[in-house]
Amino acid sequence: MSTDLPSGEQSLESRTPEQAAPTPLATRAGMWSDGSGDTSGYGRIVRPVLFPAGSEPPYGSWYDGAIARLSTLLDDPLVRVVLDRGELTFHVRRDKLTDVMVNLRDDAALRFELLASVSGVNYPQDAGAELHVVYHLQSMTHNRRLRVETTCSDDDPHVPSVVRTYPAADWHERETWDMLGIVFDGHPHLTRILMPDDWVGHPQRKDYPLGGIPVEYKGAEVPPPDQRRDYR
Amino acid sequence: MSTQRDFYAGPNEEAVGTVYTAMGGGDWADIAAEQAERGDEVLVVNMGPQHPSTHGVLRLILECDGETVLSIRPGIGFLHTGIEKNMEYRSWTQGTTFVTRMDYVAPLFNEVAYCLSVERLLGIEDDIPERAQIIRVLMMELNRISSHLVAIGTGGMEIGALTVMTIGFREREMILDFFEAVTGLRMNHAYIRPGGVAGDLPSDGISHLRDVIAWLHKHLPEYAAFCNENPIFKGRMCGIGYQDLAACLALGVTGPVLRSTGFDWDLRKKQPYCGYETYEFDTVTWDTSDSYGRFRVRLEEMWQSLRIVEQCADRLEATTGQPVMVDDPKIAWPAQLALGPDGQGNSHEHIKHIMGQSMEALIHHFKIVTEGFRVPAGQAYVPIESPKGELAVHLVSDGGTRPFRAHVRDPGFNHLQSVPIQCEGGMISDVVVAVGSLDPVMGGVDR
Repeated sequence: MSTDLPSGEQSLESRTPEQAAPTPLATRAGMWSDGSGDTSGYGRIVRPVLFPAGSEPPYGSWYDGAIARLSTLLDDPLVRVVLDRGELTFHVRRDKLTDVMVNLRDDAALRFELLASVSGVNYPQDAGAELHVVYHLQSMTHNRRLRVETTCSDDDPHVPSVVRTYPAADWHERETWDMLGIVFDGHPHLTRILMPDDWVGHPQRKDYPLGGIPVEYKGAEVPPPDQRRDYR
Repeated sequence: MSTQRDFYAGPNEEAVGTVYTAMGGGDWADIAAEQAERGDEVLVVNMGPQHPSTHGVLRLILECDGETVLSIRPGIGFLHTGIEKNMEYRSWTQGTTFVTRMDYVAPLFNEVAYCLSVERLLGIEDDIPERAQIIRVLMMELNRISSHLVAIGTGGMEIGALTVMTIGFREREMILDFFEAVTGLRMNHAYIRPGGVAGDLPSDGISHLRDVIAWLHKHLPEYAAFCNENPIFKGRMCGIGYQDLAACLALGVTGPVLRSTGFDWDLRKKQPYCGYETYEFDTVTWDTSDSYGRFRVRLEEMWQSLRIVEQCADRLEATTGQPVMVDDPKIAWPAQLALGPDGQGNSHEHIKHIMGQSMEALIHHFKIVTEGFRVPAGQAYVPIESPKGELAVHLVSDGGTRPFRAHVRDPGFNHLQSVPIQCEGGMISDVVVAVGSLDPVMGGVDR
């Protein structure tokens, strides 16, 4: 997958940035989902869930320059940087999010004009940071893509809104509130957008059931999808 | 009848001002007469969700002074089906059958966007066979034509140009016939799978494709002849739904709407995927930033897509017999699809092999179909240029056999945010033109 790098940028080169050892987010035991007798023969296997951990500089390409530029504009802006599968992710503390976004948009060396998407992810095992908000930015000036990720906890599900910086975030933040219950402080009109106004709960949370009823087919009963035995 | 009681208010809500209602045997003529006595002329009008001119179940709440729109707010969610949540309970391969149902006018783009994200997570982006990529490009570009035909056709119908709709659906049907011959279905194909495509073209696929190309060459000029200089058409479209480049970027608007401002932003050129960098085509722009410009961009893009389709046809002839699925039995679906007496399914040779010859092949088939494959933990976001704009699936894997989280960035969802900036201050009749020029498909908007 080639992307046009602006002239003067060094290419990715062959070096791969050093990866910090990932910390397991959770462990998974057996082959089958909970609640079913594991007759797969792998019942005692225990595997950790390892997400890519922070990478160490140098990152190559335009990444180092952008990180250096952001660090001169702001005091200690990033918690960590993850370079994984050719995609750069900035992990930002939520109290720095507003400043980071404004600088990413406005600085001539960064210039991420377009906020493409906001999505929320619920990691129930990530204690203290159960809810993640993920922003996908696009710089059309430099033809670069960047992901910014911030977190908040279940007990205090507040993240500052970026609508003032990126008006495009308006509906995306409403959807993230609707689906995960993350409150975007400063959003002009944080209401549900996909679910009905009087809906109770936030469907994309992991503890929210999928729903469904058992279906009878030729005398046998098929349980709803979230209660079926499945591989993991 | 007018009253001080608001029948739709909640238990603790007070009615503010006079409530006009037909409840209790009133007559709309009386209500209109009472309203006429009032000083302010502001009426709140609810367009949709069941209105023929709002592209599906879109609700528009308008505040009108006479026929002038003072404020407009789109309401969405009427077609929310929980596709993203459902995908968390199905295997990675089954995900394609869900995403294809989102933007049902451009289903193949949804499938490609999803599969590219899965392939990036798997780290097999460079291993996809050339022929699979050619077929993907072919199907996407044909789908782009059929999607633009719907945009132009329904957009024309909404302003009274019914012929544009009837001929638009005629051409689209020729393309869908080709899709049916290749994938077994007109829409909701689930044809593009992680690792490649579900099956090769049928034996007469290329000749069928040549027929479609010839048909399009013959009939695509009709749209330009009907519309381009039609004074009524131009009178309805020119200067309507104006949105300049700065507003597009601020509101995250991409696709033909962005290109109608003169900015040549096309992800096929800027961030190529599926080998688009090897095809010859031009990025189409227009400089009027209005509905007419978007119409002209779509019209010309159909010709550019046809150019790509012709190049695909030549390449497919040159790569006959090459594989269309990644060479990794731990990921690839074990069988190619074939047409049997009861429709599309696993090929007869494959069934014979697993049922009669090889126990191991049967076990493998069973495992890969029921268990699926595991995808290393991480997240990916691979944007593609759909007919509407930037389409991408933000996928998160926790290393399991199912997506941990899938979130679709649908261009229509984003574009509907720009309805107020395009419509406020204009006429009610122009709302329909502006919304039509955005080409939202509610299946994708609401997911």
